[in-house]
Amino acid sequence: MSENNVILKMDNIEKVFPGVKALDNVSLKVKAGTVHALMGENGAGKSTLMKCLFGVYRKDAGKIFLFNKEVDFKNSAEALSGGIAMVHQELNQALKRNVMDNMWLGRFPKVSKWLPFTSEKKMQEQTREIFKDLGLNIDPKTVMSRLSVSQRQMVEIAKAISYDAKIIVFDEPTSSLNEKEVEHLFRIIDMLKKRGCGIIYISHKMEEILRISDEVTVMRDGKHIATKPAKELTMNEIIKLMVGRELTNRYPEKAHSIGDVLLEVDNLSSVYNNLNGVSFKAREGEILGIAGLDGSGRTELLENLFGLSTRKSGTIFLRGKQISNKNPRDSIKNGFALLTEERRATGIFGILSIMENTVVSSLKSVKKGPFISKRKSRENTDWCINSLRIKTPSREVKIRNLSGGNQQKVILGRWLLTDPTVLLLDESTRGIDVGAKYEIYQLILNLAAKGKTVIMVSSEMPELLGVCDRILVMSGGKLAGQVDAKTATQEDIMTLAAKYV
Amino acid sequence: MSDKNEAARVGKLSKFKTLNPSDKRRYVTDLLFNNAMFIIIAIAIIYIAIRVPAFLSLSSVVNIISLTAARMPIALGIAGAIVLTGTDISAGRCVGLTACVAASLLQITGYSKKMFPDLDPLPLWSVLLIVMAIGAVVGLVNGFFVAKFKLHPFIVTLSTQLILFGSVLMYLMIGSNNGQTLSGLDSSYTDFVRGTLFKIGTVAVPNYVLYSAILTAIIWVIWNKTEFGKNMFAVGSNEEAANVSGVNVFRTIILVFVLAGIMYGITGFIEGARIASCSANTGLNYESDAIAACVIGGVSFVGGTGKISGIVTGVFLLQIIFVGLNFLSVSANMLYIIKGLIILVACAIDMRKYLARK
Repeated sequence: MSENNVILKMDNIEKVFPGVKALDNVSLKVKAGTVHALMGENGAGKSTLMKCLFGVYRKDAGKIFLFNKEVDFKNSAEALSGGIAMVHQELNQALKRNVMDNMWLGRFPKVSKWLPFTSEKKMQEQTREIFKDLGLNIDPKTVMSRLSVSQRQMVEIAKAISYDAKIIVFDEPTSSLNEKEVEHLFRIIDMLKKRGCGIIYISHKMEEILRISDEVTVMRDGKHIATKPAKELTMNEIIKLMVGRELTNRYPEKAHSIGDVLLEVDNLSSVYNNLNGVSFKAREGEILGIAGLDGSGRTELLENLFGLSTRKSGTIFLRGKQISNKNPRDSIKNGFALLTEERRATGIFGILSIMENTVVSSLKSVKKGPFISKRKSRENTDWCINSLRIKTPSREVKIRNLSGGNQQKVILGRWLLTDPTVLLLDESTRGIDVGAKYEIYQLILNLAAKGKTVIMVSSEMPELLGVCDRILVMSGGKLAGQVDAKTATQEDIMTLAAKYV
Repeated sequence: MSDKNEAARVGKLSKFKTLNPSDKRRYVTDLLFNNAMFIIIAIAIIYIAIRVPAFLSLSSVVNIISLTAARMPIALGIAGAIVLTGTDISAGRCVGLTACVAASLLQITGYSKKMFPDLDPLPLWSVLLIVMAIGAVVGLVNGFFVAKFKLHPFIVTLSTQLILFGSVLMYLMIGSNNGQTLSGLDSSYTDFVRGTLFKIGTVAVPNYVLYSAILTAIIWVIWNKTEFGKNMFAVGSNEEAANVSGVNVFRTIILVFVLAGIMYGITGFIEGARIASCSANTGLNYESDAIAACVIGGVSFVGGTGKISGIVTGVFLLQIIFVGLNFLSVSANMLYIIKGLIILVACAIDMRKYLARK
């Protein structure tokens, strides 16, 4: 391998956060005209490494060379002008401004050298040019919040490319894109490769990685584990490198039995969102999956059931007794629990400790008279940490410092402490690495074995087929049908999901 | 262009017809709610005009326009802070301080109660620069603490408000002034500010209407045509996005407050001559009027949104209400209550637009 077409070299990078060594002697080399995949479980240090490159974090040790010249970017502005652009994992956009304002943010074109006013005309023309180049059909004047999430993602990608950077970092670019858009993105990446750009690609999706990347670097626990040509790797080898052990099955064995009808839902509809006349039954100890495309009413169904959205019609029976579930408090009293889709936005209390995050829904059970008992809170939290195997230095750590998988386990623990009979899980494994996913599946199966009813929404069909007993398929806000998870195929589900589109 | 608008209008109407009754009802309620402030104000104007016809006389209308002009710069300044999802409650006191400083430096030579008896009136431009500088320093302090320590602007400006009030009181104690009201202003000053710009019939329009219009135009250009303006909106809409796009968030926040401070300085300069008797009470509660005007005009506390045209409309409508209530001889005490209610209702209606309905 020749050294001379290496355009980015990161040598022995170290980064320490209070209590955690986030990066430990990590090195990375990216060659011109190649895609370098960066893989690892959540919390392995991929994003931290990229943030050190991009100047968002200051590295504690190590050197970065760009075209054999040492660089040390202090902020994003320096990195961008130095030739490094990044598509951030979380959509960082000014939603109230229009597309072109977002595109040119930080580098607005001026009318001329002597007239230092921003030029709307240039902004619009150049945006159109870039979009045409990339084959995007988005009006530069649309207000950002009116675009769909995938369109916003494409704008973010277009923006990163428009910097004419030599190194472009894609951090989970496909998490909100559909298959067609993913293909589109891959064509764009091909184009960038031909231009001689070096691309760093972070993703959890193995199929993607093996398809588009030339080299793969795997990280684990802040350490560099291996760098190999993608051709020499298989999916199982990557998983093995990431997890550090062999993962023979992606789904645990089922050992639960299904009992009597526990929950009966009849003709559920929402006032403000797309949910129309959904009826179904769920049994004790049953894992009921809910499949469907984005916007098909999956999340809306759970939110309606939990009393989070305004109900237009519908009745809910628990063990044959009608219940109202008119708001979340009421639902929790009735033995419901909802793990929400957007962990960061509606799941965690980022600046609070693990303990506070754990006991928040079951404060009544840790009360001693009118006061909260610290001892009981600690006991309950420790029970969660142990039984859910939450990886954390202590229960006092702020939850935002944990990896996504561990955060999700804390929230699951929070709900287990309320001793629910019906668990509603919305995308419970989104953005979580393979190892943690397996553990969460195991937890779900254990709950079912204890006779609890689990209703889980997921975009990943293999997951639904692997974990659930029965799968309801939503389409266009209605229930399109149901399939038996043992015998159904992905095609069966897709056919139903497209029924009312 | 008009064809397109027409098409859009017809499109909306035909779309409206296809809605089912409950959606129709919701659409109409939304429409009413979103424009409630304007509807209430329109009803108020009609009511007042019927009760007291003089309300809509030429001199009364010119009076409303003049008052609007006088309160424009402070609103333009505060609007920037609101776009950043902040606020600035030190604005009124800053206007008070700068008005007193301007007045004290521009008293007639030989006036018996002159604060600086040996000082000839300074050139106007130098006084204007001094008060703008004072405002800028206040803005710098506000902006620095907001940007550097990530304090909420409410806390920062609450503190500077107190500091400014103390400063005014101390300033008015200088020499033999002993806290008295500052009057006896030099005619160069009062003429410059209050002199006649032009006459409509027999009614004179004062000069400061022109100054206010110029300032409005300048701020419009800054907001819409400069990098700083666009950065301000971006920071207000999503600070993190602005940061990773290479925007200097720290500098943007500071500049917004400095610009606001300069606007307060100019407001003080105008108010000094307009009122012509400045005391420690000058500028009291100006910020609440300005904030109310911004919110009525659609500069939302959710940040990242707002238009100059909205601010002008907001200030104008608020002054109409105040003048109208004066015509109805509503007591000054009652006026405070009404102002408070206007801010509360305006903010509630505004937030309603941004609430995600579930």
